[in-house]
Amino acid sequence: MEQNKSPINPFRVLLKAGFLLLLFNFAFVFVNLEPLGKLSLYNRLFPGRERFPFGETGDAYNLSLFNLDAMFASHVLAGTEKTPDEYRVLLIGDSSVWGTLLTPEQTLAGQLNAKRFSVCGRRMVRAYNLGYPTISLTKELMILDRALEYQPDMIVWLTTLESFPLDKQFESPLVANNAERVRQLITEYQLPLNPNDPALVEPSTWDQTFVGRRRAVADLVRLQIYGALWTSTGIDQYYPTDYARAQIDLEASKDFHGLKTLQGNLALEVLEAGMSTGIPTLLVNEPILISNGQNSDIRYNFFYPRWAYDEYRRLLAEYASQKGWNYLDLWNLAPMNEFTNSGVHLTPYGESLLAAEVARGIQSVCRAK
Amino acid sequence: MGLTQIAASILTSILVGALTRGAQRTYSLLVLSLLALYWFQPVVPLRSFDFWIPTLTIALLLWIWFVASQPGAWKTKQNITGLLIIIGVVVAVDLTRYLPEPAVTSSMPPRFILLAAFLLMAAGAIVISLPFSRRFAWMLSLVTILLISILIVLKSPALSLQASIFFRTLMDRPTETASALDLRWLGISYIAFRLIHVLRDKQTGRLPELSLPEFAVYVAFFPALSAGPIDRAERFVKDLQQEFVPTTEEFLVAGQRIALGLFKKFVVADTLALVALNDALAVQGNSTGWMWFHLYAYAFQIYFDFSGYTDIAIGLARLVGVKLPENFLAPYAKPNLTQFWNTWHMTLTQWIRAYFFNPFNRWIRGYKFLPAWIMLLIGQLATMLLIGLWHGITWNFVLWGAWHGLGLFLQNRWSDFAKMKISPGNPRAQNALKIGGVLLTFHFVALGWVFFALGKPDLSLRVFLKLFGVG
Repeated sequence: MEQNKSPINPFRVLLKAGFLLLLFNFAFVFVNLEPLGKLSLYNRLFPGRERFPFGETGDAYNLSLFNLDAMFASHVLAGTEKTPDEYRVLLIGDSSVWGTLLTPEQTLAGQLNAKRFSVCGRRMVRAYNLGYPTISLTKELMILDRALEYQPDMIVWLTTLESFPLDKQFESPLVANNAERVRQLITEYQLPLNPNDPALVEPSTWDQTFVGRRRAVADLVRLQIYGALWTSTGIDQYYPTDYARAQIDLEASKDFHGLKTLQGNLALEVLEAGMSTGIPTLLVNEPILISNGQNSDIRYNFFYPRWAYDEYRRLLAEYASQKGWNYLDLWNLAPMNEFTNSGVHLTPYGESLLAAEVARGIQSVCRAK
Repeated sequence: MGLTQIAASILTSILVGALTRGAQRTYSLLVLSLLALYWFQPVVPLRSFDFWIPTLTIALLLWIWFVASQPGAWKTKQNITGLLIIIGVVVAVDLTRYLPEPAVTSSMPPRFILLAAFLLMAAGAIVISLPFSRRFAWMLSLVTILLISILIVLKSPALSLQASIFFRTLMDRPTETASALDLRWLGISYIAFRLIHVLRDKQTGRLPELSLPEFAVYVAFFPALSAGPIDRAERFVKDLQQEFVPTTEEFLVAGQRIALGLFKKFVVADTLALVALNDALAVQGNSTGWMWFHLYAYAFQIYFDFSGYTDIAIGLARLVGVKLPENFLAPYAKPNLTQFWNTWHMTLTQWIRAYFFNPFNRWIRGYKFLPAWIMLLIGQLATMLLIGLWHGITWNFVLWGAWHGLGLFLQNRWSDFAKMKISPGNPRAQNALKIGGVLLTFHFVALGWVFFALGKPDLSLRVFLKLFGVG
C-alpha cells in the first residue's frame, strides 16, 4: 500500500531555517570566545609556536588575532612543563623582541637558548619569546600579566621610548580590542589611563552575534589550520629577499608626539605595574639605531629627536634607580649597520650582541637575588 | 563563481523556474546566460577586455550556429527573436558604460561605435562564410581547428603571453607588464568543447536541428559556465523543450544539492586549500609525513572544489528544469583506475571518449602489424595526454597525462592477467582485494596530483623525493 507522504512546504522549511539561524546568531552573544581560544591543537597535535602569531601574510602561515588566550595556547610556553632544572625567563617587548625579519633561532630568545647557560644553582636558562609587534607599554603589561601563570623565574622587559607616551597606550590593536582586560589592568594597578577611552573597542550587540564575530571565529580556526603549516615548514614570517633599510637621512624635525617635555607624558605607572609583579624583572632599554646621516644632529633616527630620547634615558635611569629596579641601558649597543628595516630591528649579529648583554644581565640579577 | 554570483544565480533561477513556461523559459535563460558571461568574466588588465572576451564568445556561438544550422533556419520567429535578444543584451551591456558605475562588467565597456563596428564585422564574417559552409564540408573542420587553436593559445603560457603582448602592442599599452594570465577567458574550455561537439555531430549527421535560443543557452548555460559539466546538446535541449512544472520536491532536491555544493566548495575545499600542496610547500615542507599530509589535502581539496561546483551547477539547473549530467560518482572509492576515470569528471571523459579515444582507436586498428598491447598503450597515452593538455599546455600536465595513460595501460594488463590466473577466492579475500585496490588507486591518483598541483617538473621531482624520504 502506498504511504501518504506529508507534502513539504518549502516556505516553512525556509522559515524554520531562518528562525534557527537567527536564534543561533543571537545566542552567540552569550558565548565568550576568549576562553574558547584555550582549545588549541598547538602543543598537542602541533608543536607550539616559538613566538606569538602575528601578521597577515598567507605565505608566512601567520595571522594576527586579538584573542590573548588563543595566542598563549598556540605558544610553546603553554605546552612546556616546567622542570626543576629550568630557569624560566620570559622576554616581553615589541617587534624587536618578536623578531621582525629574524627566524625564531635568530631572535633574542633563540640566541639566549643557544647559549645554553645556567644560573641560580645550575638551573638552565630557557627563554620564551613573548614579544609582540606594535608599540605600547599597556600591551606589554597585558601580556606580562597573562604570562604570570606560567611560573616565570625572571622577566626581561625590553622597551623603548616609543612605547611610553600616554596617548599611544591604546593604539595597539591588541589593546584596543581587549577592552575588558585593559579595564581590569587599570583597576588592578590603578593606572592613570581612561577606562572609557573611545580607542577601546566596545562591541555592539550585533558585533557580538555570530555574524558580527565571524572574523574572530574564523581567525581561531585559521590559527589551528596554520598549525599544520607551521609544523610542516617551520615558517611563521615572510622573509623578503630585499627590503627598505631603516632611514638614515632624517627630517630636520624635533617633534616627538607634539610634546614639549616628556615629564608627565609618559606611562611610567604602567611600567611600574609591570615591574611590581614580585617576579625578578630585568628592565632593558633596547638598542636603537644612531644615525650619522642627514640631520642626525637633531634626531637619532626616524623615531626619536635627540632631545626627547636623551630626556627619556635620563628619566628612566633616575626612575629605575629610585625604585631599585634591575635596569640595563643598551641604547647604543649596536652599530648603525646592524639594524634592518627599522631603527629598533636588529640583524642576527645585532641580536647576538644584545643576547650577550642580556645573558650577563640575567646572571647578575640571579646573583643579586 | 563567488558567493554573490551564486546567490544571484539561485534567486534568478527560482524566479525563472517558478514564473516562466515554454519558450519564455528559454528566452529568460538566454538573457541570464548571456549576462552571466559578462558578469562572471574575471577582470583582465587589458582595457575593456572583460567586455570583448564574452562578446567574442557570443560571436563564436552565433557563427557556429549559423554554420551548423539548415539554410534559412534563422528566418523562423523563434530564431529571429533569439538573435534580437542576443544583440539586445550585448548592446545593453555596452550601454552600461553610460551609468556612473559599470553594472555588469568589471570595468567600463567600450564606446558604442566600437561595438557597432565589431557587430558589423561579425555579421559580415558570418554572411561571407555561410555559402562556404553549405558547399564545403571542410568548413566545419576549419571552424573546429579554429576553436582548438584558440584553446591552444589560451592554454599555453608562452603563446598566451605572446597574444597578450600582441594585444598590448595593438592598443599601444606597455608590453613589459604583459602576462600569460592577461587573457583569462571565462569557461572557454567548456564552451569550446560544447561547440566542437556540435560541429562534429553536425558533420556526422547526428545533430538534431537546434533553434538559436536553445543552442545559445546550451553553450552558455550559466550554472555550467565556469566548471561544467559538459552536457550533450540533444539531451540538454530535450530538457529545455519539455514542459517544466516546478514542484516543491524539485525545489527541495535542487536546494539540497546547492547546499551540499556550497558546503563542499566553500567550507571543505577552501579550508583544505590552506594546507594543500602548492609550489611554496613543495620547497618549504621539511618532512615526509607532512608532505603526504599536503598531498592528501590537495587530493581532497580538488575533489571537493570541483564536485562542489558541479553540485551547485546541477542544483541551479534543476531549479530551471534542466537535469545536468553527473560529473563525479565517488571516484576515490573505486578499486581501479579505469573505474576512477569513469567516475571523475565524467562528462569530460565521455567527451574525450566519443570524439577522440574511439575514433583514434578505430584509426590505429588500421595498422594491423602493431601488436594489440601497443595499440592499447598508444590509445591510452594519447587520450590521457589530451586530457592533460586540456588543463594546460605545460610539461607538468603532459607528465600528469602520461602518468594516468601508463597507469590505465598497466591496470588493463593486470586485469587481463588476473582474470586468467587468479581465482576469485572467498568473499573475504575479495573484499580485501577490493579495499587494497581502492587504496592503491587512490594513492596512484594522489601521486599523479603532484604533477597537476605544481608548476614545474623539478618541483614535482622534489616532492616525489620528499614523499619517499629521499632528499
